[in-house]
Amino acid sequence: MSDPERIPDIDFEDRMASVEFRVAATAHITVDGDACRGCTTKACVTACPARLFVPTSDGGILFNYEQCFECGTCYLVCNRAGAITWAYPEGGHGVAFRRS
Amino acid sequence: MPETFQDFDAVVVGAGPAGSTAALVLARAGRRVALLERGPYPGSKNMYGGVVYGRVLDGLLPAWWDEVPAQRWVTRRSTMVLTPTQALSVDFRTQAWGSPPYNGCTTLRPDFDRWLAGKAEEAGAVLITSTTATGLLRQGTRTVGVRTDRPQGDLRAPVVVACDGVNSFLAKEAGLYHHPEPEHFTLGVKEVLGLPRHEVEKRFALQGDEGMDIEILGGTGPVPGGGFLYTNLDSIAVGVVLHLPALAASRRRPEDLIADLKAHPAIAPLVAGGDLKEFSAHLIPEGGYEAMPGVVADGLLVAGDAAGLCLAAGLWLEGVNFAIASGQAAAEAAIEALRSGDSSAAGLAGYRRRLEASFVLQDHKKLRRAPGLVLSERVQHQYPKALCDVVEALFTVDNPAPKRGALRAARAVGKNDGVRLRDLARDLYTMARTFG
Ligand SMILES: Cc1cc2nc3c(=O)[nH]c(=O)nc-3n(C[C@H](O)[C@H](O)[C@H](O)COP(=O)(O)OP(=O)(O)OC[C@H]3O[C@@H](n4cnc5c(N)ncnc54)[C@H](O)[C@@H]3O)c2cc1C
Ligand code: SF4
Ligand code: SF4
Repeated sequence: MSDPERIPDIDFEDRMASVEFRVAATAHITVDGDACRGCTTKACVTACPARLFVPTSDGGILFNYEQCFECGTCYLVCNRAGAITWAYPEGGHGVAFRRS
Repeated sequence: MPETFQDFDAVVVGAGPAGSTAALVLARAGRRVALLERGPYPGSKNMYGGVVYGRVLDGLLPAWWDEVPAQRWVTRRSTMVLTPTQALSVDFRTQAWGSPPYNGCTTLRPDFDRWLAGKAEEAGAVLITSTTATGLLRQGTRTVGVRTDRPQGDLRAPVVVACDGVNSFLAKEAGLYHHPEPEHFTLGVKEVLGLPRHEVEKRFALQGDEGMDIEILGGTGPVPGGGFLYTNLDSIAVGVVLHLPALAASRRRPEDLIADLKAHPAIAPLVAGGDLKEFSAHLIPEGGYEAMPGVVADGLLVAGDAAGLCLAAGLWLEGVNFAIASGQAAAEAAIEALRSGDSSAAGLAGYRRRLEASFVLQDHKKLRRAPGLVLSERVQHQYPKALCDVVEALFTVDNPAPKRGALRAARAVGKNDGVRLRDLARDLYTMARTFG
């Protein structure tokens, strides 16, 4: 739908600023950029609700764990064994919902 | 089993509705129980639509409605079928749901989960927050406790109840899941939008603490799934549930699909001017009965979303009540096993029997064909369009042409929208068997 009169959407940074993250010192998810280089789907890039997977010009992936919902979408849609190493953050850290 | 030191009679992992209920029931039976939660407070990791259907609490917490942190009591429930330019609603209201014993309330998970975990604590359970269970402690194939990310954080107990939610790494580690397939999951994303209380009441025709829930079919563009809109006291929750493989293949962004839904002419006036309070995302196990993992192993029980027990089948999105009932059944089986001194899979087998005897597995068995049907192209796109077109044909005044009867309108539309009678007959038959 591309209705010109549609209500303006929320800027993505503002959207993520509405969520509290108690960022841990170490990453709970790591992505092996080399494994991603040959990936043709790059499914994580559009599916991750927090937009944490950013494609690089050389076909790899840049990943930042800090604003992660800990949902699990990325490891389920990724079909390359070993590309994503996924665990929950250290207790007490990560996303902290208040209004959901 | 060799005599080893036991820290607790049972360790429950996850202080969501399943885990807090399991801990409550075990503690009431006088058992020493630890309730582990990785978040800083119960509910901090959890989001849902949300309505809690509380009938399941009647036996556990009589007059729960006097204390549950409710936002609104649902008295109006509507199912909406959308095409890009049409909307057809079945809208139901009953005042019977507006007073005790009620039917369901909207409530926020950080409030509800904290409340329920508090009940377990009052009964004597030891709630340990900010602590992640990192794996199972095992002797051979038998689970004898959990490892945590605290220093010297191993906790030993004859029974571990895994209530660790949709990604359940504990059930996977125990080998109870075959291979979790993306097609058995949907991603839910939602926005909580602040609106003045009187505005919520005006837009949804509510009074006092009455609430509304709307389930939406056909509002998720190319991605099979559904939409929802719920009223809180002074906010609304609007979101979409998206089938994972299709979401990935579509290259659409989840938040753009919410934006599309919010821009629909039937939805836009309801959400206009709402101010974003929180954006959130969470998976739903949507595979139903056919995709369920094993729920019992030596020393281990699995309940709630961890066991894929959420009921997500078109008209229904119920997981909290299924989690509570399964947590209770797991605790009762654990109590039985502890009493007889046998917490092997055989000793814990009462869990599965209890689930079979309750609505948990009976509803799932009845609705076992629902996931495939609800997510099919026909139910997602073809039928909504055909339904809306039939109603549009019926309600359009075409003078001087005489009115067409409903059947003629349906026949013409069916042809136009490519509905094949053979598919329709088969789907109606499946629907009758599934939902009838
Ligand atoms: C978008 C959406 C809408 C929904 N709408 C509704 C609705 O309207 N009504 C309804 O009834 N249901 C709804 N559901 C389903 C419902 O939310 C779930 O079925 C329900 O929360 C399951 O409860 P649970 O206790 O099994 O798991 P959860 O609520 O997920 O709780 C699991 C808990 O375990 C903790 N945990 C996980 N791993 C570990 C670990 N390793 N160590 C320590 N702690 C851990 C988590 O932090 C969490 O607190 C919805 C779900 C979604 C996503
Ligand atoms: S993480 Fe997986 S899906 Fe994403 S680019 Fe890498 S291999 Fe592809
Ligand atoms: S867990 Fe969810 S939010 Fe976190 S990186 Fe993966 S897809 Fe994104």
